[in-house]
Amino acid sequence: MSDAVVQVSGLVKSYGGVRAVDGLDLTIERGEVFALLGPNGAGKSTTVEILEGFRTRDAGDVSVLGVDPVMATRSWRERVGLMLQSTSPRSVLTAREALSHATALYSDPRDVDETLAAVGLTEKSDAKPQELSGGQRRRLDVALAVIGRPELIFLDEPTTGFDPEARRQFWGLIQSLTADGTTVLLTTHYLDEADHLADRIGILSAGRLVALDSPAGLRSLASGARVTWTEDGTARTETTAAPTALLRDLIARHDGEIPGLEVVHPSLEDVYLDLIGADAGGAA
Amino acid sequence: MTARTAPSWWSMTADRFVVEVKEFTRSREQMIFIFFFPMIFLALFGAIFNTDDLYGTGVSFGQYFLAGMIASGMLNTGFQSLAISISIDRSEDVLKRIHATPLPPTAYFFGKILQVLAVSVVQVALLIAMGALLFDVSLPADAWHWFTFVWVFVLGLACSTAWGIATSSLLRNGKAASAILTPVVLVLQFTSGVFFVFTELPTWLQHFAEVFPLKWLAQGMRAVFLPEQFAAAEAAGSWQLPLVALMLAVWLVAGLVISARTFRWLRLDDR
Repeated sequence: MSDAVVQVSGLVKSYGGVRAVDGLDLTIERGEVFALLGPNGAGKSTTVEILEGFRTRDAGDVSVLGVDPVMATRSWRERVGLMLQSTSPRSVLTAREALSHATALYSDPRDVDETLAAVGLTEKSDAKPQELSGGQRRRLDVALAVIGRPELIFLDEPTTGFDPEARRQFWGLIQSLTADGTTVLLTTHYLDEADHLADRIGILSAGRLVALDSPAGLRSLASGARVTWTEDGTARTETTAAPTALLRDLIARHDGEIPGLEVVHPSLEDVYLDLIGADAGGAA
Repeated sequence: MTARTAPSWWSMTADRFVVEVKEFTRSREQMIFIFFFPMIFLALFGAIFNTDDLYGTGVSFGQYFLAGMIASGMLNTGFQSLAISISIDRSEDVLKRIHATPLPPTAYFFGKILQVLAVSVVQVALLIAMGALLFDVSLPADAWHWFTFVWVFVLGLACSTAWGIATSSLLRNGKAASAILTPVVLVLQFTSGVFFVFTELPTWLQHFAEVFPLKWLAQGMRAVFLPEQFAAAEAAGSWQLPLVALMLAVWLVAGLVISARTFRWLRLDDR
């Protein structure tokens, strides 16, 4: 029997006649890190906000931890942690105070000092949000999302605006905080982020899932490998679904090294752009 | 899995109260424009307008003004402060974040109500102390006056708080809240017998102010702090306490209904 934490079928949400989410089906299993990947306006945040219980839907069935989020109860809120797309605003409360007050709301909260240490804000625990950098504020947002030991965490575009170094550090943080089997639904428009963090990736375009697979599975969606080598002084390139067979053939034709040999599998990015492009333009 | 008990409603409400008090007392705007404003005005106006015998009743303007400043302090701390701070909290997704936690909405509202009550008690106590020191106002002398003070205070503050919450939902943009509300509060203060003696206003302005609760709240406070002979100098020739109670109660109910119907955790454009 499946242990689905999130189950969505036929989800539809329109704004002014435009379908932001257009018949979405989705299942997220317990302990899974699932990434909803897509360009801006693909419907990622609308989907997540429906699952978080903030938005109503026009059609479809949604179950999150066995509850329809529209009917969110206090006990359901205890089990869900979330990091909104917007960064925590100015506050008169320090990071430590914000976390301490949050612990008053949960049955079994994490330790405030340990959580501050886990997100790397020990040194900044007496700073208010407006005294923190953008990245530090996002760390505080993560700390607030996990303080109640949720079973399911929503991360809505957690690293937008980060430089690559800060993004890598942030990924490490997410991985350490979710190593205990917490289920995560992440939205992002960064392919490398989804690739790095997620067990499965759903690619969303114009409100529809255009692909749903593991990062490796998505790569295999590409038509094949591109093999490059040099023969008789000219560069040769062949794209094939059976690169090994081609290599055997090449080895048979060469005594020693094969000059300029390169076997390239299409990057996830190639697959992604192909999927988004195919859906948007209908050409590629 | 170990079953742990969820925090009680009271412990969460008490914690929200602490958060609200921190947010109020650490905010320069709240402390200056909400908390100290009535005291600054009491000192200033009491010194500027030094009429010491209104209508031959032996009542000074300073004494008259104290009742008005208590009433407008309650308007500041409940209505103005909540309307501005809640609409800013909504604009900045603070309410959305609170809504995402297990905090029961009633605990959120009671935390706010307790904070308004605590701030208002301190504020009114300081105003009364200033009145006693500067204008020779005496404290309510008997149980009847104390009783009147308590119900006028509780009903007036409840009304002010309910309208603060209601108005926060009517304002679309937190940033504009202060600019929109300040003139509203000023017009009410100028017409409701706060800055000027009510009976000196043109009759049509008196009728305008009679529609709103501040006029009745100030009048109720005058019944507490001014000597009995001043009642004859009121517009109706008496304190009209039953009408004070009725007007404040009607406004309270209307404020509660609008609050309950319009309150939202999310911005209007966020759905």
